[in-house]
Amino acid sequence: MKLLTHNVLSSKCLKGVSVGYPLRLNATDIKVVDVDYNSEFVSRMIPKINYSALYDAAQSIGHLNGLPDAVVDDFESNEDFLKAVHHVLLEVDIVSGDLECPESGRKFPITRGIPNMLVNENEVNEINGSNGYNN
Amino acid sequence: MEAVQKTIDQELLETPDLSHLNASDYDHVYEPREDSFLFLDALEKDINLIRLVKPSLCLEVGSGSGVISTAIARLLGSSSYTIATDLNPFACQVTHQTAEANKCHVSCIQMDLDSMLRMNNSIDLLLFNPPYVVTTSEELKQPGVDGSFLHLAWAGGVRGREVTDRLLNHIDQLLSHKSLFYLVVIKENDPDEISKAMALQGFKGEIIASRKVRNEMLSVMRFQRG
Repeated sequence: MKLLTHNVLSSKCLKGVSVGYPLRLNATDIKVVDVDYNSEFVSRMIPKINYSALYDAAQSIGHLNGLPDAVVDDFESNEDFLKAVHHVLLEVDIVSGDLECPESGRKFPITRGIPNMLVNENEVNEINGSNGYNN
Repeated sequence: MEAVQKTIDQELLETPDLSHLNASDYDHVYEPREDSFLFLDALEKDINLIRLVKPSLCLEVGSGSGVISTAIARLLGSSSYTIATDLNPFACQVTHQTAEANKCHVSCIQMDLDSMLRMNNSIDLLLFNPPYVVTTSEELKQPGVDGSFLHLAWAGGVRGREVTDRLLNHIDQLLSHKSLFYLVVIKENDPDEISKAMALQGFKGEIIASRKVRNEMLSVMRFQRG
């Protein structure tokens, strides 16, 4: 699981959880992979991601690799910055560990790179529903 | 002459290689069939529009074998990031394998629909080939033999709409302002009514491909904010 995926996950649909973001990340196995760098893509992603959640997640697993703590003003043309974001977003891969709801403490295991975010029907708010399949 | 040129220039959407999967895999994961291939054909016809939108974040809900998300991840390459969800753990693993076998990356997450994603209008391209077969509501709730998830790949409940409607209900919070959303339906799902429900959320929809397969009238709908 890449940190870009972590950035879009939320446990807000759980009963009694009001924000559910960002999920706490505990990594027991991390691999760093090479991913083709596309500056234009990274630049387009900056406004879409929650930068402080990305920064905190990278810091919590010891993979900041020089990422600054805030988006730089000239991010669209700052190659060093875009490369640092690219690395943290796409090249740091969580193989195993878990994600944890910051409010309820509910844990979601990550196994072979795939987070299991399936919850039981009785754990979620009615409005979001679930298909009722109990894992 | 110009029309001929356009035909020649039509970019193809390569069908992903699935030779890494065997018959026993399809005991656990929905095997791509006519609906999947109609979906690929419809997306291929829309490649120019998809490229125009420049999707940064793509999401396939219920990815099954991963054939659709892999085709999109390959098409868009490093210009985009593709996420695939499925509540079936085997489907998540197989989608991951299909992407790898086709030398691209799809981020797989086991979840019900989009239930654990942030609702902040971030998805630019949404793909959903839902369980659309008309069944009883009870069939949606029952785990199959040996706890199999396979029936959940096709059992759609009343009018085949129960699962689809759970996604459509909050689609406005999921999709970005320039997004495209593709949905597979059958006639029994009442595409006209789906269009009307989507119009209430500010989306215009149209059928962009249809095919009759045995007793099913399959269509692919495209929605855009309009």
